[in-house]
Order: sequence, then C-alpha cells, then structure tokens
Amino acid sequence: MLPQVGVDTVKVLRRLGYNLDYPEDQTCCGQPALNTGYWGEARPCAEHFVRVFKNADVVVCPSGSCVSVIRLLYPELLAHSPLREEALSLASRTFEFSEFLVKVEAITQVGASFPHTVTYHASCHGLRELGLREEPLKLLRQVDGLKLIEMVRSEECCGFGGTFAVKFADISGAMGNSKADSVAATSAEYVTAIDPSCLMHLDGILGKRQSPTRTIHLASILANEGPKNEGRQNDGPTQAKP
Amino acid sequence: MSTAAQRFLQDAAIKSADLLHREVIRRGMDSYDAAHLKGRARIKDWEAARQRCREIKREAINHLDRYLLQFEEKVIARGGHVFWAANSEEACTYVKNLATRLGVRTVVKSKSMVTEEIRLSPALEKAGIKVWETDLGEFIVQLRDEPPYHIVTPAMHLNRSQIAQLFREKLDPAIDSDDPVDLMAVARRKLREAFFAAEMGISGANFLVADAGVVAISTNEGNGRLCTSVPPIHVVVTGIEKVIPRLEDLAVLWPVLATSGTGQGITTYSTLIGGPRRAGETDGPEEFHVVLVDNGRSALLADAEQREVLHCIRCGACLNICPVFRHVGGHTYGTTYPGPIGSVLTPHLNGIKEFKHLSFASSLCGACSSVCPVKIDLHHHLLQNRRNATEAGATKSSERAMFRIWRAAMGSPSLYALGGWTVRKSLRLLYALGLAETFLDPMRVWNRYRSSMPLPSESFRAKWRKNRAASSS
Repeated sequence: MLPQVGVDTVKVLRRLGYNLDYPEDQTCCGQPALNTGYWGEARPCAEHFVRVFKNADVVVCPSGSCVSVIRLLYPELLAHSPLREEALSLASRTFEFSEFLVKVEAITQVGASFPHTVTYHASCHGLRELGLREEPLKLLRQVDGLKLIEMVRSEECCGFGGTFAVKFADISGAMGNSKADSVAATSAEYVTAIDPSCLMHLDGILGKRQSPTRTIHLASILANEGPKNEGRQNDGPTQAKP
Repeated sequence: MSTAAQRFLQDAAIKSADLLHREVIRRGMDSYDAAHLKGRARIKDWEAARQRCREIKREAINHLDRYLLQFEEKVIARGGHVFWAANSEEACTYVKNLATRLGVRTVVKSKSMVTEEIRLSPALEKAGIKVWETDLGEFIVQLRDEPPYHIVTPAMHLNRSQIAQLFREKLDPAIDSDDPVDLMAVARRKLREAFFAAEMGISGANFLVADAGVVAISTNEGNGRLCTSVPPIHVVVTGIEKVIPRLEDLAVLWPVLATSGTGQGITTYSTLIGGPRRAGETDGPEEFHVVLVDNGRSALLADAEQREVLHCIRCGACLNICPVFRHVGGHTYGTTYPGPIGSVLTPHLNGIKEFKHLSFASSLCGACSSVCPVKIDLHHHLLQNRRNATEAGATKSSERAMFRIWRAAMGSPSLYALGGWTVRKSLRLLYALGLAETFLDPMRVWNRYRSSMPLPSESFRAKWRKNRAASSS
C-alpha cells in the first residue's frame, strides 16, 4: 500500500553504492496469517519467501516488523520444514533498513537534507524484537536541517497490530489517538518511524483528526538529498495526504 | 446470553472512549513508571537480576513435585496442615468445612488473587460467614461489590472523592473529608474491629520456600501480619506454582517483586510464616493450614511450550505497561487476572474457546515481555494461544476462508500481483460510485477511526519494472 517507502529505500541504498535486486517473485513474509494464528497458512508463504531470497547476500527490508518475523518467528514456524536450515541462514542475513546501515555497515551519514521538524515514534517490533533503539535516531541526527523533537511515551505502541486494528477497532483507535496526542504535543511537521504499518495507521488517525502533522518513513527522509543536488529528479517528501 | 468475547468488546468500546477513566489510569501509571524506573536503577544490574529470577522460577517449576513435597513435609513437621486442592471447589469446600467445624463466624482476609480465582469469599458468605477484605484497596472494591481492578492496586480506578462518597454511603454518613489520611483512618478503625472479632485469617502467599518450609508474604499495610497472627486460625490459600527452592532465593526475588510491583526497594512488611504458634511464643495462630491450589496449573505444566507462564510472580508490571490495559482498564477483561498475563493465562485456566479473544486483543507490541521480572515471553504466548485457538477450529469460518484465499495468493507471485491490482481497482471503483462507508466498503471498520487509506496508482513492483526498463534502454 505504500510503494514510495520501497522507492525511497532503493534510492538511499543506490546512492550509497549498493548493488540492488528486487526479486519480483516475492510476496509477503507471512505475518498477517502468523499473527492471526493461521500458522498453517503462513508456512507456505514463509517457505516461498525463503526460496525467493535464499541466494541474496543480504536482505534489507524497510519494516522492522517483517524482519522480526523472519528472524524470530521463522525458526519456530519452519522448525519441521525441509527449508529450516535455509530459513535460519536467511534470518541471519536479513536486516531492517536502519539496522543494516548503522549496525552492519556503520553508516550514519547518508547525505540527506530535510529542513523540517520531525518527531520519532519507536515502532514496537523494531524496538523490542530487534533491539533498535538508537539506530534510527543516529541516522536522523545526521540529516541536514532536520530538527528532532522528542515525544512523550515514544515507545508506547501506536495501536496498529495488524488484524487487531479491525478486530478490536475501538481499542486500536483509542491507542492511535493517544499516540496522536503525543505527536500533537510536539507540534512537529512530521512523525517518522521505521515501520510502514505504524505509519499507515498513524496517517489515518492523524488524517481523521485533521492534524497538520504528516507521517513519513525514515527511508523517505533519508532519500531527500541536499539542495546542491536539487537538479536531479527528486520525489520529495512522500506519503503526503490524499 | 452474551459471551465473554461480546462483553469484552462492548466494555472495551465504552472504556476506551471514556477519557476521564483514561486520565485517571494514565496518572496512576505515570507515577508508577517513574517509581519503577527509579527502583530499577537502584538494582546494580537489573537484567542480571531478571535472569536470576527466571532461573530460580524455572528450576522450581521444572521440579515442582519435589519442592512442593519438601515444603509440605516441613510445614507438617511444625504442626501445620497442608491440603492439595485439584480445583476451586475442593479448595473452597476445605476452607468452608474447616470454618464450620471450628465455629468461625468472621474471617479477615489479606490480599490474595488466588482466593479471587477460586471465588472463596462468596463460598464462605453462602455458609453464613462474614468476610472482611483488609487490604485497603480490596476493602474499597469489596464495599463497591466489584472485583479488583488490578492485581496489585485493586482500587486504582477510583479517585479520593469517589472513595469518600463510598465510605459515606457504606460506613459513616458523617465523613466530611476526602483527605486520604482521614479516609484511611476511617477504614482502619472499621478494620480493627474486624481483626479482633475474626476467628480465622486468610492470606495468600507470594512464595512458598521449599527448603525452609515457610510461606513468604510481601505487604505494605500491616494488615497481612494482623490477618496471619491475631485470629486463632490462619489459612494460606495459594497456587502450586508459588514454590521456590531456597530461602536465599528471596534475596533477589523479594526486591525484584517489590521493584516491579510498586517501585519499592522492598515492601514495607516482608513476612515469613512456617506453622502454628509454638510453645513459649506469645502470638500466632493455634491452627495453621496451607491450601495448595492446582485449578488448571498442572495442565499448563504439562505444556512444554508454555510452561514458563507459571513463572509469574503476580507483580503487575505487564498490566502497568500494557497499552491495551491502559485504554480498556482492568474490569473490561472480565477475568481474575487482567492485562497481558491474564490474556495468556485465562484461556489455559478457563478454556480457550470462551477466552481466546483475550489473546487476540493485543497489538503484540511486546512491552509486557520487556518488563516481566521473570522474563516470560508474554506476547509470544499470546501468539501461541492464537495459533492453538485457530488449530482447535475456534475461529470464524469466514476468517478461515479468507486466510485460505490469502494463502493461495501469497504462494503465487502472479496471483499476489493480481490481488493487489484488484483491491486497488475495485476500491477505487467502489468509492467512485459513492459507496464508501456502506456495507460494501471493506474499509468501513478501518475508517471508523482513521481517514481512508491512500490508494497508490501502481505497485512498487510496477515502479521497479519501469525503472529497470528505463535504465536499460
């Protein structure tokens, strides 16, 4: 639903000189079924994922939630699968976008410019499953012109939770509005995170409240180059409101 | 008759929209958060302490038979009695018969969630016995005729003016202050009468220490000590999972429990009780009974995947951090144990079919697991409960059908692409026809709290293809 996050991830990684491939046979990591209890349905999906990506040196994904499934849940989900060994190996080569840059490659300066006020929401799975507390912030602090404003309870869930958002819409909506209160208190122009699903949810919540704050994925901030490169085609800040 | 799941959804809708409730809880949790962080900082290596607690509980749970027998032997040797109750009914009957046999008219109770679980007070009251909750929070919710809101702070949903009003109605119409100190004095005077009238004191246990054969109780109000030492009979009612191997284990478990529960270094009263009053002792009960309650715990013990749920020391930390608890509150769960631990445990104790919804009522944010002092992977157990519910065929047939379609689409890249395309196009068409928010709009539940999702004109895959074609031409 948010193709621009992929486009911007590609843009940043290409700018840094990585040779990228997007295996067109890929579908999903299986999380929707897995988290709703349909492990039998999730398994073939996960196996498909392993087969599609097994030849990659490194898999980078701009979603902490998907990576946590591959790293932490595939070993259990595929414990009796013939692809078990390949799944374990793939898990060790799969990284969330900011994790890959900061932890694996030790890069924090990507030559981005984003002269706006930004607040950061710590997406749950990136934070608690992958242990990414500082990595996204290190990248944001190096962005030219960006002013980071800390929000209260930045580590409290935004309330998305996949099918939870629909099955328990009232609770999810209330959690989203509490998060939106925290966002609003910062008066930032943008709220960013490393997970498109949190941003999709928050975007809807903020939109319903007619909040002036917009959502933007970390990759889309980093995709904005400085004014010196303005001559090139630049998609600019993404995920603007419909 | 509505089901537990329907009641949960209704109550959750009401509570999550109740901004006053949210504010009261938020304020309580903010002060807990501050105390908890400060408390954790006092412990030199919090992570090491958690790991140690986990290991202690793991050892105890994996050798439950041995440690419980060791505990029992020591208690009996000191003249105490131990009763093994397979379920609530056996436990309640034992206590009720004991009370009847010894002519008990009045019981004072120290705080105990297991007695809530087995519904002990109603069972005693049915036999004509007056039961007094003596923990201040429990006393308040008892006066309101409602269950505890939270396992550590039972009346945290009430502010002092509500409590003053309650006391005026139930205790003394002349109360003209809502100062907590004054209100506490009212409760204290009332409860003193109960303490000295009671023939039986009932307490729970935070730990059962196997090697010393003693019951360890952590309290803050002093009511626990009065319940366990003033009346001539003391009955401990507790779950079998509370046993720990050694007395020295308390050196880490006590401070970790207090820190996780309230942010205290250690609770005000840390009491060890091993049996009835012995010759030459000036106080303590003449009779001492321990009721060890199973009530579904053995079945959980047999589940290798989820056995660690029995590690729980009932500190309440997972409730406090849980964003769902913070929005729906304790009563909405409709269970003895609310919050993440309750959502994990209740389907095991009370049935997966009736209580599976609790395991789904979570965003799986993992905050609970990150604070659990005995490192129970709570959100992973929620996930396993979901899997178990689905495999038991307890989910809706429409949902099962949907995921079968999903499975087919995810296994085939072309079906996946077609599916994405179809969703985008059909939603666009639906909205163009002005059918948004009608029963035909699959996004209407989503849109109740959110503006409609932007529909991208093309997928990433299409963009990638174009980009590749452009760069290779």
